[in-house]
Formats: sequence, structure tokens, C-alpha cells
Amino acid sequence: MDLFSAKEVTKSYANFKALSEVSISVPEGTVFGLLGPNGAGKTTLIRIINQITAPDSGSIWFEGRPMKQDDIYRIGYLPEERGLYKKMKVGEQALYLGMLKGLSRRDAMRELKIWFEKFEIISWWDKKVMELSKGMQQKVQFICTVLHKPKLMIFDEPFSGFDPINAEILKDEILRMKREGATIIFSTHNMESVEELCDHIALIDKSKKILDGPTLNIREKYKSNIFDVAYKGDFAKIEQEFANKYSILAHDETGRTNSLKIQFLNGSSSGSLIKDLVDHVEIVSFNELIPSMNEVFIKVVKQNA
Amino acid sequence: MSKIGLVLSREYTTRVKKKSFIVVTLLMPVLMAAMFILPAYFMSQDDTKVRTIAVYDGSTILLGQLESNEYTKYKFIPEEEYNKIKENLKSTEYYALLIIHPNILTTKTVQLVSTSNIPFDLKNQIQNKIRSVIEKEKMAEVIKQTAIPDLEARIKATKTPISVNTIKLGESGEAKKSSTEIGMILGYIFGFVIYFFLLIYGQMVMQGVMEEKQSRIVEVIISSVKPFELMMGKIIGIAMVGLTQLAIWIILGIAIISGARGMLPGAEKAGTAQEIMAQSQMAAQAGSPAELDKMQDILSSLGSVNFPLIIFCFIFFFIGGYLLYSSLYAAIGSAVDAPEDAQQFIMPIMMPIILSIMVMMSAIKNPEGSVAFWFSMVPFTSPIVMMARIPFGVPYWQLALSMIILIVSFVGMVWAAGKIYRTGILMYGKKASWKELGKWLTYKS
Repeated sequence: MDLFSAKEVTKSYANFKALSEVSISVPEGTVFGLLGPNGAGKTTLIRIINQITAPDSGSIWFEGRPMKQDDIYRIGYLPEERGLYKKMKVGEQALYLGMLKGLSRRDAMRELKIWFEKFEIISWWDKKVMELSKGMQQKVQFICTVLHKPKLMIFDEPFSGFDPINAEILKDEILRMKREGATIIFSTHNMESVEELCDHIALIDKSKKILDGPTLNIREKYKSNIFDVAYKGDFAKIEQEFANKYSILAHDETGRTNSLKIQFLNGSSSGSLIKDLVDHVEIVSFNELIPSMNEVFIKVVKQNA
Repeated sequence: MSKIGLVLSREYTTRVKKKSFIVVTLLMPVLMAAMFILPAYFMSQDDTKVRTIAVYDGSTILLGQLESNEYTKYKFIPEEEYNKIKENLKSTEYYALLIIHPNILTTKTVQLVSTSNIPFDLKNQIQNKIRSVIEKEKMAEVIKQTAIPDLEARIKATKTPISVNTIKLGESGEAKKSSTEIGMILGYIFGFVIYFFLLIYGQMVMQGVMEEKQSRIVEVIISSVKPFELMMGKIIGIAMVGLTQLAIWIILGIAIISGARGMLPGAEKAGTAQEIMAQSQMAAQAGSPAELDKMQDILSSLGSVNFPLIIFCFIFFFIGGYLLYSSLYAAIGSAVDAPEDAQQFIMPIMMPIILSIMVMMSAIKNPEGSVAFWFSMVPFTSPIVMMARIPFGVPYWQLALSMIILIVSFVGMVWAAGKIYRTGILMYGKKASWKELGKWLTYKS
């Protein structure tokens, strides 16, 4: 079931169209990557999900029914540009933000205790936010986002500003929450983390959705029959013969094993490539190269230009 | 559920707990008290040094007529002693030497020689004493020459202090004793209180909005509460900070004044802050019986002031004016990225506030003039100008009209500010102008 969906959402500001008939569906219990170049309309879509602004036309749905005002208490939002009240104490501020999301003071306190202990930051409680480093502030803000155990969490570039160790901790927490049933909308320009985390993606460019689907299917769809082969033996003698059926993209015989990047042309299959190879060289490894999300992103956006 | 209460209580508690708030709130009344009370206190402190002044009276008119008092002794000395000490006054026990020339009646001048600086009060005292002796002397001369019986008493009887009792006829024709003094004082106080609150707390709202926008927390907050709720929570929360401060000042003021009454000799009769002020000004003129009568008059005419109406109007215009201006300040805070950009917007807002205080001054002198009337109708100036007029009595239809205009204006202003605010807080990097703000009014949510 879809936890959230947007149907043909359109939104414009004055004489600028931010979103044009964008539809997305976010299945429950998955991580959904919302991708797109800068200024594509991602932030506008996220703001519509958070009911910060309303669409000009189209509709937004939550748990299979039109979204209600109260649904915002079941959403946690970590914006890309984040900040806290600098002069307020960490604990007080976290309590306030939790209570704004509908938690009672006692519940907010209890949940905060758990998180502060887990991140070992109890000693920050009475510090002013301005006394913390940027990374520390981000940690606090992350906690505030998920404190009320939202059904839907929206993270906009959550890892920016974190060192690799803390980024890893954060990633583990996000995945744990997903296992426990949370649904996550994840917006980032870091395609590696998209491959790693996202089950589905949607790519928005110039206010339109130009691509969506399960991450693996998309990469599969954009693969271009390129194989990475490591072998031992002499390839040169068959190179001429191969040139008819295949296109050799790279050939390197300087390493411990020789390697070959090969793309087959129409009418071939991986099976026939192996067959053609084994007769002449000893195959050490044979991998199909699936395009990275980075490659897919660049390709699709360039095509759309 | 509306989260306005949560926003409001955060705005309130974070500000009230600030050190600067506590310091200002506690120190202000002390400073104000010091400003009014200290000069009066010092003035009332008598000079307690005992001084003996040698008087050489060459004219013999004043001989024996300068009476000593507790601290200042006059000792008339013969010529030979005068000749002896005039060269080396320092080695004698005298504080000063007063030389009265034989022709004092024509020169009207005496000399006071001393090795130290002569206090102003002492100089005055001597001047008054000599003058009264000479006047008496001359008077006796005139009486003797004219030979009119009881001339002295008759001349005295011509001195007539006049006081004007102002009576205001009510709608139904009944006469009420009114006092322009009390009206002026109340007008000033209410006008200035509203003036300061509009300036200080209006700007506080703007800074609060800018802080949220600059720190970028606003996006998180408005994913939980509606922008309008955030704005109103802030405006009301800060208003409550202001009211708390005002309440503390009133309580402290009463405490300080009642504490100070014991310290101020002659102030026992005074009962209000205004009178303490009045007294400090009058202390220099040494409260004559006429002044005291006047004071009594003011006190008795206090009863003619319609306090329930004034207090109601004060609360109304205070809140109305604050809502009008603070929502405007909030809209501007939301529209700018940096404090520097706010400057161009602040001036046009401050102008009507400052204009109000200037019009108020003239309205107090002429509360029924057309300037006072029109400016007490315009919503941007009415909170201050109308408050200055009310203690003098304002026709009810004018009051009602002014209030209705103010209500309509602040409702409209809060609505418009809400629209600008909603767009502004999420708008970065766009240089805001009045024109741009106008455009935001038409944006859909």
C-alpha cells in the first residue's frame, strides 16, 4: 500500500512554475529517493507534503485517503537548510519541537532521554545551541525530527555536515526505523547513498517528473550491455574477430590479470560472449556493469535538457 | 489542536527568563526614581554647616537687624575690628565678611568676602534678608510721610493669590470640577507608555521573526504549526512580556514611591507619582501656601477623572495599537534576510509613531482642536493621540468611531501581515521592496 501519494500536483509562483502535474507514490515501509537537479522543484514538493504550501491543482493522499491537517503530526521533516534557536538550551528546544509535533511534555521527555542516551549526548542538555558545533547541532536536529516516531520521515540531505562516522550512525538509525515500519522520503544529490538506501526513486527535472520506479529496475533499464572481464591469456589474436560482434571500450594488459571492458552490439547475449571468450582465454571474473545512479541521473537529465 | 499556546509560551518564557529582561525590568524603576527623587532629596537636605559671618555695617541701617539662625550666625563688628580682620580673614574664626557700604540705599550692593566659595543658598539668604530689612525700612518711611492709618496692613491686603477652578459641564448639564493639570499629566503618561511599547516591543517582534528566518528554524516550525499561528503566537507572547514588565514597573513604582515618602520631608501629603515629580520641581520655589492649595485642588479634582473609562481605553488602545504595528513589524521581519535590509522599512513605520507623540503634545494643549480630532481617528496615530485626549473628556461618538476604525485596521493589518509573513519567511535571497510585499499579498497559500 502507498503511505503517501501525490496526484498530478501543480504549483506555480507568480510567473514561475515550480511543479507541473507531478505524481509520485511512496510505498509503506520503504525508502523513497526524491532526486533532481537544483531548482527542479523538490523543495516545493516536500513543502506540499508538509502542508507548508498547498498545490494549485492535484491532490495529496496519506494512507489511502486525502491528506488531512492533522497528518502533519505523523510526519517528521528535516529540511536541507536547518537551524535551531541559537540562544535556547538544547533540552528545552528539543522538548518544544517535540511538543509542537503533538507529544505531551512527559512523552517528549521520555523519548528524548532514550535518544540522548543512545547518542551519548546527555551532557548537552543544558547547553545553549550556539555552544555546539555544527555537526552536534545536526545531531540534535535529527533527534527532533524523529522524536515523535513519525509514520513518514522526510530527510533533505541528511548526511551533509556529518563526518563519516556520524553519517554511518545516522544511516543505521534510518535503516533501523525503516525496519520498524517507518516510511522515508530521502532527498539528496549523493547518488551513492541513493543506491545504498533507496528502494524507489523519482527524478524531477524542470518541474516535471521524468523518471520513477524501483531503484534496481531503473538501473537495470539503463544498463547498456557492458561487461567487465578479467582474464589470463592473450586476447590480441582474437581482437579482430571480436570487433564485428562487440565493441571494446577498454583493454588493459598491464595488471596482474588482464582486463577488458566490452559492450556487445545487437543480437548478442552474455552467454555468447562467455562462449566466445572461453575458447581463447582463461576467465578470472565476469561482471555485468549496471550503471550507477550517478550515471543514470546524468544521462536522464541531459536527455531532458 | 492549535499550537498557538505552545508558541506563545515559548516566546514568553525565553524572553522573561533572559538576564537582560530581568536587569532592565528591575533597574528601570530605580533609575526613574533616582531621576525624580534624588534631586528633590538633595534639595531638601539643609546645609548643616555652622557659619559665623562678620558684618560691618557702614550704613548703620541694618545694625542688629540680621537675625541669626541655627546654622548661620551674624555678628556685627565695630569699625576697628573690621579694619583688623579685613586684611587677614583667614586667621579669624569668621567664615565670611559682609561689608555694607554707607550708601547702600543708592548702590543697592553689598560685598561678601570669603576665603572659600560661598554656597548659592547662603548668598540667597543674605540677599533676601537685606532686601526685606531695607524694604521694611522704606515702607516705614512712606507710612510716616503719608500718615495714612493702617497703610501697612492695607497694602498687604492688596496681595491676592488667584486660582482658577475649571468646571466641566457634563452632557446632562451637571457641573464637574475638572483639572487641566491632571489631564495633562495623565495624557502624557499614557501617551508615552504606548509610544515606548510600540517602538520597543514592535521591534522585538521583528527581531524575533528575523531570528527564526535567519537561523532557518522556521521551516521546521511551520511543518508543525501554521505560519499564522506562529506569527500570532509570537505577537501575543511578546505583548505579554511587555505587560509583565509594565505590571512589575507599576508594582515597583508604588513600592518605591511609598518607600520614598518617608525620606522626603514635606512629601507626606503627596500620594501619587505625579505629585512627587511636581514637588521636586517646586522644591526650589519653596512650597508656598498657594502651591499647597493648588495641590489640594488637583487632588480633589482627581475624583472628576473617569478612571474606569481611562483604564478601559488604555488597555484597548494599547492592544489595538500594538497589534497594528507589531503585525506590520512581523511582516517586515519575514521579508528581509538581514537586519541591514530592514532599515528601509523601519523608517516609514516609525514615522507615524513619532508623529503621534508630536501631535500628542499639541493635543494635550488643545484636546478639542481639529488636529487632535483627525489624528485621533487615523489608526496609526490614534492609540497615542486619543489616549492623550481622553483624560480631558472626549465625546463618546468620537471614541467609538476611533475604536471601530482601529479594530477594522488591525484586523486588516493582521490579515495582510499574515499573508506577507507566510511567503516571506520561506523566501531567501530576494531583495524585498514595498512593491514585492504587495505582490505577496496576492499569493495563494
